[in-house]
Amino acid sequence: MADPLPAERGEAEAIKAIPVRHPGRWVAAAIILVLAAQLLHWVVTDSALQWGVVGQYLFNSQILTGVENTIKLTIIAMVMGAVLGIGLAVMRLSKNPIVSGVAWIYIWFFRGTPVLVQLIFWFNLPSVLRSVSLGIPFGPSWFHTDPKDLITQLIAVCLGLGLNEAAYMAEIARAGILSVDEGQVEAASALGMTRLLAMRRIVLPQAMRVIIPPTGNETISMLKTTSLAVFVAYNELLGAATNVYSRTYQIIPLLLTASIWYLFMTSVLTIGQYYLERHYARGALRELPLTPLQKLRLLGQRNPGGAAPT
Amino acid sequence: MTATGSSGAAHPMVQAQGVHKHFGRLEVLKGVDLEVAPRDVFCLIGPSGSGKSTFLRCINHLEKISAGRLSVDGELVGYRQQGDKLYELRDREVCQKRQEIGMVFQHFNLFPHMTALGNVMAAPVRVRKEAKAVVHERATRLLDRVGLHDKADCYPAQLSGGQQQRVAIARALAMEPKLMLFDEPTSALDPELVGEVLDVMRDLAAEGMTMIVVTHEMGFAREVGDALVFMDEGVVVEAGTPRDVINNPQHERTKGFLSKVL
Ligand SMILES: Nc1ncnc2c1ncn2[C@@H]1O[C@H](COP(=O)(O)OP(=O)(O)OP(=O)(O)O)[C@@H](O)[C@H]1O
Ligand SMILES: [Mg+2]
Repeated sequence: MADPLPAERGEAEAIKAIPVRHPGRWVAAAIILVLAAQLLHWVVTDSALQWGVVGQYLFNSQILTGVENTIKLTIIAMVMGAVLGIGLAVMRLSKNPIVSGVAWIYIWFFRGTPVLVQLIFWFNLPSVLRSVSLGIPFGPSWFHTDPKDLITQLIAVCLGLGLNEAAYMAEIARAGILSVDEGQVEAASALGMTRLLAMRRIVLPQAMRVIIPPTGNETISMLKTTSLAVFVAYNELLGAATNVYSRTYQIIPLLLTASIWYLFMTSVLTIGQYYLERHYARGALRELPLTPLQKLRLLGQRNPGGAAPT
Repeated sequence: MTATGSSGAAHPMVQAQGVHKHFGRLEVLKGVDLEVAPRDVFCLIGPSGSGKSTFLRCINHLEKISAGRLSVDGELVGYRQQGDKLYELRDREVCQKRQEIGMVFQHFNLFPHMTALGNVMAAPVRVRKEAKAVVHERATRLLDRVGLHDKADCYPAQLSGGQQQRVAIARALAMEPKLMLFDEPTSALDPELVGEVLDVMRDLAAEGMTMIVVTHEMGFAREVGDALVFMDEGVVVEAGTPRDVINNPQHERTKGFLSKVL
């Protein structure tokens, strides 16, 4: 705003008007408040939820191991997904129809089948393969191993989650790459850069602004998707909770324990994502959006009757 | 019709013989013949859509010509001749050749995630793998030469259009090219910024750089140009010294075009 309003310049009298009333909002707020109080009362007092048990298991070593494994899985799957996904995106944009076709089929397959099916598939693969060997087909082999040693439980889960994630990351990365102006590749080529060098040094760094925010979403989603590993008996957070309640039959409190941990971890990621997006918006937005803390401070400063300070 | 630069050396820097280019069914270049002598400033004018940019892009093989012969410094663009056979160049060889030809774009196309200095240093360091210290010294000197030594650490978004275009010229010069291509380098600039870019180009011409300049700046063409070519609908309509073409056009189409831009 270049010109301040006349009122701010003190040339004219400030407007004193009675703001529009919204009685409907107050009624709605009252109803919601009553419902929320009832819900809270039930949550806190109902014996079925057994909050004591929840507290007892929240920092139980078995549960903590589960939390650790969930974090480990999320990181491995996301790194795998991001690296493979960017590779697939570059392949899909290749001029070579075979290369882009391969990427297209990969994405089509891994997006088109449930991740749970893929998980169970990788988990069971070793038991149907008799042996794995590397060498000339029907000829001598230099490397020979039992598939059970090759695909451990952790590797099966990582393959299932990571390969699936790659298909989604590929689409995100492709959108990012396409968002970069064509003139950039042209300028890079004119300087003698190869397509690959231009991709790595010029296009991808600029594509990151578009790629990072949805990747944050994917990470939050992945954190919860890792719970599917419970189907192949991997000991992540939900698996750990299941193990405990199959012994003690305290199903609800242990599910609550797991949920508290999931909520805590997704909250941390959400906050992280918020600041990451803010960081990458730099240069693209003229004014950065306010952080929640800044908004709170503003609310406190709001003077009644006057315009919100800007 | 052949256009010959005034200094007329034995070995032209760029030679085009019957260059054709079509995009699908659209024929953009319909047999362009011209010659650019070393150390000349060769100006190219013509109405929008006449194929000026396309021809420029053919010279550094950003576009592949459909027919004819196009050579830079005596070597075919995009092919290698052995006996009477033509071999297509590999991507790597094409990139190698592009390093010797600088290009400046209408919309600057600076890399927005790098500082002015980073833009100038990028190609020598990444493409030619030169030592950073050596490149840094040269890049600083180049920024100084285009009058931007105090803007080395600015990002493109923090520079005016004229400053960005001067960084773009420095970026192209960092690869020590033997030929510079300018595609309407001042048409995206506010009128008061045009001069600073033309000044840099004038200095470059005075130092003997071979330049092909697509431009509508008739003053620049008249003052600095050694040869002027008017292109329309994919062919060279008229060629000669800037003075002759501008003051005494022979073709109706040239007259019509000049009456609009002068
Ligand atoms: N990659 C492409 N695919 C299809 N058509 C193209 C392509 N590039 C250019 N053309 C067409 O070729 C014709 C000539 O374009 P070109 O950019 O060479 O003209 P120009 O003389 O530089 O015009 P201007 O003064 O507007 O820059 C135009 O009709 C354009 O639409
Ligand atoms: Mg053009």
